[in-house]
Amino acid sequence: MKNKFSKIIIFGFVISFLSIFWLGLKKDNSYNTKDLIGGKITNFQLRSIYNSDLITEENLKKNQFTLINFFASWCAPCRLEHKYLVKLVNQKKNIKILGINFKDKKNNAKTFLNELGDPYYFVAEDTDGKASILFGIYGIPESILIDKELTVIKKIIGPIDQEKLEEIFRLIK
Amino acid sequence: MLSNIGSILILSVLSLSLLIIYNSYLDLKNNNQLIKKSIYSLSLFQITFTILSFFTLIVGFIYSDFSIINVYENSHSEKPLFYKIAGSWGNHEGSLLLWINILVLFSYLFLIFNHKHNKKFRLYTLIFQNFLILGFIIFLLINSNPFSSIYPVPLDGLGLNPILQDPALAIHPPLLYIGFVGCSIYFSAAIASMLSEYSGKQFALAIKSWVQISWVFQTLGITVGSIWAYYELGWGGFWFWDPVENASLLPWFAISALMHSVMVLEKRNTLYEWVIILCLLTFILSVTGTFLVRSGILNSVHTFANDPSRGLYILLFLSLMVFTSLIIFFKKRKKEIYSFKSSSKETFILANNWFMVFFLATVLIGTIYPIFLDVITGAKVSVGPPFYNTVIIPLVIPFLLLMTFGPQSSWIKSKKETLYKTFYILLGAFIINSTLFYFFGSFGFYSNLILITATFLILHSVIDAKKSIKNRKTFEYPRIISHLGFGMLVFFIGINHHHSIETDFNLKVGETKILYGYELFFENITIEPNKNYKSIIGDFKITDLKKNYTQYLNPEIRVYTNPETLTYEAAIKSKISSDLYLTMSNVSRSDFYNIKFQNKPFMIWIWISAFTIALGGFVQLILKKNEK
Repeated sequence: MKNKFSKIIIFGFVISFLSIFWLGLKKDNSYNTKDLIGGKITNFQLRSIYNSDLITEENLKKNQFTLINFFASWCAPCRLEHKYLVKLVNQKKNIKILGINFKDKKNNAKTFLNELGDPYYFVAEDTDGKASILFGIYGIPESILIDKELTVIKKIIGPIDQEKLEEIFRLIK
Repeated sequence: MLSNIGSILILSVLSLSLLIIYNSYLDLKNNNQLIKKSIYSLSLFQITFTILSFFTLIVGFIYSDFSIINVYENSHSEKPLFYKIAGSWGNHEGSLLLWINILVLFSYLFLIFNHKHNKKFRLYTLIFQNFLILGFIIFLLINSNPFSSIYPVPLDGLGLNPILQDPALAIHPPLLYIGFVGCSIYFSAAIASMLSEYSGKQFALAIKSWVQISWVFQTLGITVGSIWAYYELGWGGFWFWDPVENASLLPWFAISALMHSVMVLEKRNTLYEWVIILCLLTFILSVTGTFLVRSGILNSVHTFANDPSRGLYILLFLSLMVFTSLIIFFKKRKKEIYSFKSSSKETFILANNWFMVFFLATVLIGTIYPIFLDVITGAKVSVGPPFYNTVIIPLVIPFLLLMTFGPQSSWIKSKKETLYKTFYILLGAFIINSTLFYFFGSFGFYSNLILITATFLILHSVIDAKKSIKNRKTFEYPRIISHLGFGMLVFFIGINHHHSIETDFNLKVGETKILYGYELFFENITIEPNKNYKSIIGDFKITDLKKNYTQYLNPEIRVYTNPETLTYEAAIKSKISSDLYLTMSNVSRSDFYNIKFQNKPFMIWIWISAFTIALGGFVQLILKKNEK
């Protein structure tokens, strides 16, 4: 009796191990951003690239919608998406864009914005890229769309184009 | 051309395996005392063809035959010859061929070296070993064939990942494979032993040397891998509790337990069942490790084959192995009655086994917990050093004590006096410890205890060594050497952990930084073209302000062309007492370089200790050879 019991236990143990391995194999291991959606932006504090002003998550609560955009002057796709960001703030009044300048030099960033226009209501510096990593960024350009309650509605990886812009329009209607 | 030769050779090995299984099966029914001559010849052909197939692949790499996909993907015509050769096993397909080579090699060696043992037992071992060989050859043929060809033939190859272009890493896989795949032979032998009822002391004698060989190679393989991580990965550590490192530790714990309990089986003819379990477990854990590394189920520096179909095959094979061994085990098990005196050597060895099983369970849980959690709840976590340190460190203390006490005891029943004597030494050590802790309580309670117990083990091993040299008890050398090595390892890791200095800062050419009594002067940057990469070399002058002693260190940033990658080469000055460790990385779009400066005491001694542990096993093998 005791023998039979231990047999069942051992076989059960082995089978559950192997089947979990099997399930693990079928799972997609690549990084997936869908986990972020529905989550909240939690406390952060960043300094402006122009002066010593600080921005925290409290400031974002004043905006109906905020798009947090990660960019750098050395990033070619950021140049491509920039005109869509300008378009976005010109056409919609209920959204503000927070720019986070990723691993960049302040002066280069300022030149970049002078040249292409400044759609941001605040440009924060992130010289070593650590703050961006805390936002769950793994490459730029990337953008996170949040609402008044700081809940993440959408995460865009790669440059924003016409199609993605229209999607943002739909989401903030 | 080479690709055809290779494929034909592999197919011949496959058919030879089938023939060996068939012939051995027929020979089982034969009442003759000796194994048929034909089986020997078949095995000889099998090993020859296997080795030839591996040579064919190496030749393909040396002559850069890019019609072979594997060469195209992992080599490049401009690569130095040494790394061309090492490249043949630095990738999934090639390493699988190496794996098969070792399976066949051990199968052959076991057949010819164990001629004194029971015929039935040897034949069953051969049959099961060839089932393993078959399984892996089929795996190789269906989705990991190193000889697959490509047409049209590409002009040049893609190159080997530069981080793998390192001498330590060229020998790391062969060493580990001999260690891990070597376990296969006593997996087969364990099943054979149950089926042929060739058990007890005889079985212990049949597998003992094979256990020691694979243990030595596993120990060396893990050490070399760790040395590689220290020199190449450039963050100054040597053990990261990375899932793949853990995967290599799991069989090592099982095999270390096995190595001890097989002695009990040999001397006292007991613990047979437990030895069988460990034999089976060691190879099962090796294959589990392979599964974890090769399937892409875990992410780590070692995942060089992210292909779920490979994982699925290994998993199927693993399940087959586990169920076959479990079913045979439950069918054939015999109840054993254990009667150990609490102070006998058997009890201490059993205690070692309990500790090993505990360490094994801890590391196993830490390694697969993230997979389980991901599958069940979808949450992603990683288990890091804090978990292992918290669970393992406290247990290292009694473990070290038992390592000191255990060998002092005798078989069956010990004299009380010897045990009392050792107990007094321990009491002394404990008093010294408490005093030290009281005066210099800088380490924390556990660390202090660990250092003292390690010292205790080292001292005791030295005293033992003196005694056994005087009394010419050569059979004790291996144990003393390995235990001494382990004591040293724990001791030096402890010291290293507590006295390492590590800082990170940015520096421009021409600037000086003063820290922890060192002055760092960034003199210059030079750019040097090399055969397959370009180096950016920093010249640093480091002055020890206390001793007024200057050294020059040159960390490098390498820009490899094929494939295009950046690697950071640490500059390391090793001395007997400590290592200076400097890495440099570029800060994008700025004149600054990010510098990481470390001073790590007794680094070399950690390697020496690990090699000493392995040395014990070597000495044992040599002594055994001389006995005959």
